Amino acid sequence: MTDEHSHLPAEPGNDDASAPDTSLVPDEPIVNPGLPEHAWRPTDVDPKAERRAERQVATLFGLSAVCAVLFVVSYLVFDVNGGGDGETVQTVFGLGASNVALGVSLGLALMFIGIGLIQWARKLMGDHEIVEMRHPARSSDEDRTETVRVLNLGAEESGIARRPLVRNSLLLSVGVLLAPVVVLLKDLGKTNAEVIDEAAYPGAGLEHTVWTSGMRVVRDVVGTPIRPGDLEIGDLINAEPEIIFEVDEDGEHVLEGVHLQIAKSKAAVVLIRMDPDENKPAKGREDWAVDGILCYSKICTHVGCPISLNERKTHHLLCPCHQSTFDLADAAKVVFGPAARPLPQLPLMVNDEGYLVAQSDFKEPVGPSYWERDSQQSTSK
Amino acid sequence: MSIDTSKVAETNSTAATAKKPNRAGAIAEWADDRLGLATLAKKNLRKVFPDHWSFMLGEIALWSFVVLLLSGVFLSLWFNPSMGETTYEGSYAQLRGVEMSEAFASALRLSFDVRGGLLMRQIHHWAAMLFVASMMVHLLRVFFTGAHRKPRELNWAIGALLLLLGTLEGFTGYSLPDDLLSGTGIRAADGFLKSQPIVGTYMSFFLFGGEFPGTDIIPRLFIIHVLLIPGLLLALITAHMLLLVYHKHTQWPGPGRTEQNVVGFPMLPVYAAKAGGFFFIVFGTTALMGGLLSINPVWMYGPYDPSKVTAGSQPDWYMGWPDGALRIMPNLETHIWHHTISWNVLLPIIVLPMLMFTILLMLPFIESWITGDKRDHHLLQRPRNAPTRTATMVALMTMYGLFWAAGGNDIIAIRLHLSINQITYFMRAAVFIGPVIAFMITRRWCISLQRKDEQDLLHGYETGIIMRSPEGGYTERHLPLSPARAYTLTARDRDPDVLGELPGGPDANGVEPQGGLASRLAGVRHRLRKLMYADNVQKPSTAELEAAHHHAEHEHELQAPMEGHAADGHQFDGHHLVEGEKLRADD
Repeated sequence: MTDEHSHLPAEPGNDDASAPDTSLVPDEPIVNPGLPEHAWRPTDVDPKAERRAERQVATLFGLSAVCAVLFVVSYLVFDVNGGGDGETVQTVFGLGASNVALGVSLGLALMFIGIGLIQWARKLMGDHEIVEMRHPARSSDEDRTETVRVLNLGAEESGIARRPLVRNSLLLSVGVLLAPVVVLLKDLGKTNAEVIDEAAYPGAGLEHTVWTSGMRVVRDVVGTPIRPGDLEIGDLINAEPEIIFEVDEDGEHVLEGVHLQIAKSKAAVVLIRMDPDENKPAKGREDWAVDGILCYSKICTHVGCPISLNERKTHHLLCPCHQSTFDLADAAKVVFGPAARPLPQLPLMVNDEGYLVAQSDFKEPVGPSYWERDSQQSTSK
Repeated sequence: MSIDTSKVAETNSTAATAKKPNRAGAIAEWADDRLGLATLAKKNLRKVFPDHWSFMLGEIALWSFVVLLLSGVFLSLWFNPSMGETTYEGSYAQLRGVEMSEAFASALRLSFDVRGGLLMRQIHHWAAMLFVASMMVHLLRVFFTGAHRKPRELNWAIGALLLLLGTLEGFTGYSLPDDLLSGTGIRAADGFLKSQPIVGTYMSFFLFGGEFPGTDIIPRLFIIHVLLIPGLLLALITAHMLLLVYHKHTQWPGPGRTEQNVVGFPMLPVYAAKAGGFFFIVFGTTALMGGLLSINPVWMYGPYDPSKVTAGSQPDWYMGWPDGALRIMPNLETHIWHHTISWNVLLPIIVLPMLMFTILLMLPFIESWITGDKRDHHLLQRPRNAPTRTATMVALMTMYGLFWAAGGNDIIAIRLHLSINQITYFMRAAVFIGPVIAFMITRRWCISLQRKDEQDLLHGYETGIIMRSPEGGYTERHLPLSPARAYTLTARDRDPDVLGELPGGPDANGVEPQGGLASRLAGVRHRLRKLMYADNVQKPSTAELEAAHHHAEHEHELQAPMEGHAADGHQFDGHHLVEGEKLRADD
């Protein structure tokens, strides 16, 4: 049926909407001159040029084979890891010699085949343009009518229109089948509320961290506790709660694996010591600092990157992900960038041994904002 | 020309003749008895491929996807998508003894202990960048040339979905090694999820299997990356190709090319060789890049640690534009009834990309609603002949580019010694003003190019020969275009006369239109149609063309005495006659 269609000359008078409209690109003001005459290439008419092209193509394929062999040789010759010690790796242009040799030989082996094939197609294969007629994308009217008839027949024979009870109960059952699908996905993860209720690990849930009253503030990486005297004015150090490094009687870490990662993702802090005159503490936070040492969450309130870039002179802390900037001398308020809330502050005090410790956990959730976050707890901007 | 054109190479003149059944023939017969392949093959083996360099862009995307499948299979033989903790004991000395996830350790193993492993990792990453980039450029080509018009709108929609899936595939892929940079990306993604009202924390906790970072995210991203999205991509690419074969290729207008035919080279042998060869070139290029250009050196970033970050954190380039929107967004947040809505994250990273994707998907449908054009189109349009459409895409590209540049505001600030604050404030305005300026410039530019085409048609092309008249006036010599070129320039549709239409007034029968939404929509549509067409330059009519040619012939008659003589400036001052001019010695 469609074949018949494509042979139909599309005349302007043909009221079949599917027929291509000849007036679309009308033959005016200039009449279509028709396909240009075929021009012979040098390789078509000159046997010398033809043989030269043949040799070129064969050479390209030959070079590809050579490169493929070089790949195998490189695989065997070059050490990928310097004999296992990882320090005496051979390098070329600052890159591993093995990688460069393998990449270049493989790349050239492939390229030569590609260039050879295209050279063959362009110079030696027939280059006569051919013409194919199009057919309209739509089906013919007969096909449409027949399809509609068959569909109606099917509907009629199934009686779907006559038996609404059957139809509706089927729709209902398939609809309710969605429930198992949705329910099955529930155990993808515990919800925030469940995590908080279970409290299966310290500081569980978005509203909590592992900080507790009296927990020592220790240096990042090494885990040593800090006395106020260890920091000079202007110093900023990265710190963690002591529990990150804590070891029990058997020498096992208290926090391990995923619990350690979760703890770090919320409890990381920065300590900064500044001239108490420069600092403007927020209301109700006057006693949260010790000798001008302030402790702020290191987790950006925008989308949660750890903040790390400190401008010593201005007390500005910049997030390297999206450049939110917080003024640590002004209750860590946002001075620039897309973050909307100040960094939460951890209240500090000194314990009997003279080390910096937390007075309590953070008074508000750390990290990015979320729907259930109760704004009443946050300090005003 | 010393070549004898009467002689034709034998390779091209021997006609194919049916040979006696041989071994290959017997196998083919066996297969066809069972599969009936000949019916399918007969129609498609000589399928016509029109030739133009820009038709190669989609092919780059296709072949880089094949490279991704091949290199990806290799990587999956060693990569271990587990967040189980392990102590690294491999070859890379700097990280030995460090606690890390199995995923990161196996990425290091691939890089330092498997020969060719690093090469495959780099090929995979470069091919991914190429895949997304070539899809985007292919999309631009299709839109600029009008190849998205009926009957190809659905293939456009499939293509837009492929771009979206390709981008997600890239994000899930570069997140897998669980290094510090990709971990930071996942951390930000967690923040994005949490910003969604009501469902935010649920989405985050379900995806991460509890509280961030959990132990489920890498295995889940892995199965999405190696099965779910590639499966969808394969299915959609197949549909894209089948529709392409069904609709047949579009082609540029030219002598012998019409809406009813397609002119070009047959698939067998020419295009099979060209396209097949091109696959090797794409693969070879990515292999050379993998060998010579370092990408994503995860061992330098180290394993993910939620308390650490690298300065200058940047996602892969195709994620740059929403990241830029995120950076320049003003810090708006609403606290209402004990709940928080963080517009500063929600708008740029969730709403904006969804909006842009919807616009992209709808472009062909919006256009056909405005134009009211329901005809099939198989001849391509030059971008200049659809000035408003071209300008629309350039405006979208400008917006994309500005958002993208905003994503590198820290890098720009450092490299160009500018203030990051100033860049950010500038970008906030530029992403809105820039596209408008780009739209206006592009539209006028296209219309100027249309005028240039009209000039060439009516008065011929500029030869660069300056003629001086006896009176001392200077003119440039114009010569008529070749018939093929002139035809090609005029082989386009005339735009509808939109100024003749009167919306809101009584229609042809004098009936006043009804008020309400329908008539308001009709008014909007009419204004958009005017924007679309009113300023365009239409091709000359036959009468105009003839008048112009007549004029040109007259001009040539006047200039005939000077034919073949360059003007050295002394023809008219009595030094010598025109005939005696010696500037062009070999005349």
